[in-house]
Amino acid sequence: MDDKKIIKIYLYTRFERFWHWLQAFMIMALIITGLEIHGTFSLLGFKRAANVHNFIGLSWLVLFAFFVFWLFTTGEWKQYIPTTKKLFSVVMYYSFGIFQGKPHPVEKAPGAKHNPLQRLTYLGLSALLLPVQMFSGVLYYTWNSWAGFMIPLAPVAWIHTLMAFMLVSFLLVHVYMTTTGHSLFSHISGMITGWEEIYETTTVEEWELPAKRK
Amino acid sequence: MTKERIPGLLTVMLAVFLLVGSSWIALAATDSGEDEAPGRKMAKQAVKREQRWITTDHTKHEVLQKPFMSGEQVTQACLSCHSEASAQFHKTIHWTWLASGDKKDMKYGKAGYSVNNFCISANAMEDKSCLKCHAGWNGVDEDVNCLKCHGMEKFNYKEAFTDIQAFSQDEDPESKEIMQEIQAEVTTAVSKIGLPGRNNCGECHFKGGGGDGVKHGDLDTSLMKPNKMLDVHMGTDGKNFTCTRCHTTTNHNIAGRVYTNPAVESSKSLLEDDLAPKITCVSCHSDAPHKNDSKMNDHTDKVSCQACHIPEYARVNPTKMTWDWSKAGDLKEGKPYHIKGDLGKDIYKSIKGDMTWEKNVVPEYFWSNGTQTSTTAEDIIDPSTVVKVSQPVGEAKDPDSRIFPFKIHRGKQPYDKVNKTLLAPLLSGEKGYWTTFNWDEALTLGSKALGLPFSGEFDFVKTTYAFPITHMVAPKNKALSCTQCHDRDDGRLATLTGFYMPGRDKSAAVDSLGWLIVLGSLGGVGLHGLGRFFTRKNGRRDNHG
Repeated sequence: MDDKKIIKIYLYTRFERFWHWLQAFMIMALIITGLEIHGTFSLLGFKRAANVHNFIGLSWLVLFAFFVFWLFTTGEWKQYIPTTKKLFSVVMYYSFGIFQGKPHPVEKAPGAKHNPLQRLTYLGLSALLLPVQMFSGVLYYTWNSWAGFMIPLAPVAWIHTLMAFMLVSFLLVHVYMTTTGHSLFSHISGMITGWEEIYETTTVEEWELPAKRK
Repeated sequence: MTKERIPGLLTVMLAVFLLVGSSWIALAATDSGEDEAPGRKMAKQAVKREQRWITTDHTKHEVLQKPFMSGEQVTQACLSCHSEASAQFHKTIHWTWLASGDKKDMKYGKAGYSVNNFCISANAMEDKSCLKCHAGWNGVDEDVNCLKCHGMEKFNYKEAFTDIQAFSQDEDPESKEIMQEIQAEVTTAVSKIGLPGRNNCGECHFKGGGGDGVKHGDLDTSLMKPNKMLDVHMGTDGKNFTCTRCHTTTNHNIAGRVYTNPAVESSKSLLEDDLAPKITCVSCHSDAPHKNDSKMNDHTDKVSCQACHIPEYARVNPTKMTWDWSKAGDLKEGKPYHIKGDLGKDIYKSIKGDMTWEKNVVPEYFWSNGTQTSTTAEDIIDPSTVVKVSQPVGEAKDPDSRIFPFKIHRGKQPYDKVNKTLLAPLLSGEKGYWTTFNWDEALTLGSKALGLPFSGEFDFVKTTYAFPITHMVAPKNKALSCTQCHDRDDGRLATLTGFYMPGRDKSAAVDSLGWLIVLGSLGGVGLHGLGRFFTRKNGRRDNHG
């Protein structure tokens, strides 16, 4: 495989990168302030933590609407369609192949930024975890306004807390996974510059491409 | 293709982000700025015009310039103009001392079967020392003493009229002269008539329970001339409110009584009902008094204003916190004595027993819908428990309940071991306990006065009495901070259960599961990373270009 040459392709647009890092910042800030409100530790002080948490949470809600709009107008949503194709080989790669120095079964390519495992993960994240977190957050924030007597606050808080832990877990694995690229920081630098390293010979298979994309 | 569209989108995104961000900064800035919270603004507006105006000058009324022989004559003079006043007043609890206002329904009220854990009972008004505070010339048997509330001069009318009566019997012209002098003093005092001031209300309500600050904790003589630090509303260096500024009146019924009924049925602002009693905070401050961006406004459906804005009570004068009647009756050489404590108050009195006093007391908090439930002298008690003589009614689920601060006065008082009821000893007078130090006699007479049975066997039981804390509202910068309640372990609401409070509550299951997921992920990626580290030489060419 000596003949494989690494080239860089422009994979993440400016908007995507902006959105990614903004969301990363918001999620981390929300986790930190959220845990403080939860009583896990003291950092900003309860009042400020609550104010910051509420502000960022509400801002995120607004910004997420833009993201969803972008996702659908650009057709990028198709990159989140789940598939079982090669899913098993990706799982096998991360479980065994990676230790044996085998190549990744689904390399990134222009128009195919997610491998099957990522598709599944990000779909779960943006279609389930984040909406549930936002919805429970809104219920939590407005609890007093809808009289609050239909549902006690406790289950709302529990769901919001559990989802937060799931997000921490996602964050840990996600950050770790960025180190599995061609070099430790190649994925991270890809998300900063937009240029991702791939093998020149990588071919994008038909099923990966958004067929109807104009 | 999409690339051309993106800068435009990015600009929109940035614009929105900046807009939201800057509005947040703007709102944050008002926190420290001069902008007032709406509730504060509204209240200031509502009480802007301080002057009251009246159309009469009582010093000019001839009917008040007579040489009075008795209190009744003064009252008749008042009624000659204020024809309905007496009839109105007779229907109020200030006169009847019964919650029902009906003599046949004795259940609640200090003239009825209600007891407390201070001087316990008025023994159906048989305990004459209680009459010091009743607004009649002689209990409920004679006319209303209008001067109790409307006399602006502090004057001992009872003593004066007793003297006048005595001297009038005397033929001696010198006695007549003295009598006329006293009558002239009475006439001067009687001409000074006005709306009730702090002296009038305070004479009884600051000294409830037999002395300054004994009962309430948020009502004592420090409120005669408080500063703003003690009471933002009454502070003589501030708004200088009298009691009746908030305790508004209709037909001599004064708003604010908390017994079986709440002070008001519902809290309304003056915008909703301009004739509503101004007794609640909401009347002037509305139910969303804090700045618009403030999460504090979301508290008002669950937390009373008092809970945060009265951080401590009895901030100037001490208040009595415990009273153990079982220790009463100890005599030195056959004579009663008393011991003074650190706060300058008696901590032992032969006639009353052991007692403790405190200053700057942190309230205890309960759900309250504004009413109190009480154990009367008729009710069966369980002597093995602490008997709640008076306790707030309310629960977390009830939309009318709020978390409210209370003073809990803890007592130990006599009960009937056979009938399992609280007992009401007769205290003052020749045959009262304070003279005889004989419990058997005092309890027998006291029960008889109420018409309730006494088996003859008694012991002492621990009791609590809850007083709502609502006066001594502190300046806003002294209000509680979030973490005084939103605290995992020892917040002020640590013992108040039945609802979820962020910062205090968590689900052990959710947290355990959550941390398991997080630690599991951390362990997983750690192991995976180690695995990669040790196998890094496999196919090196592939991994590193």
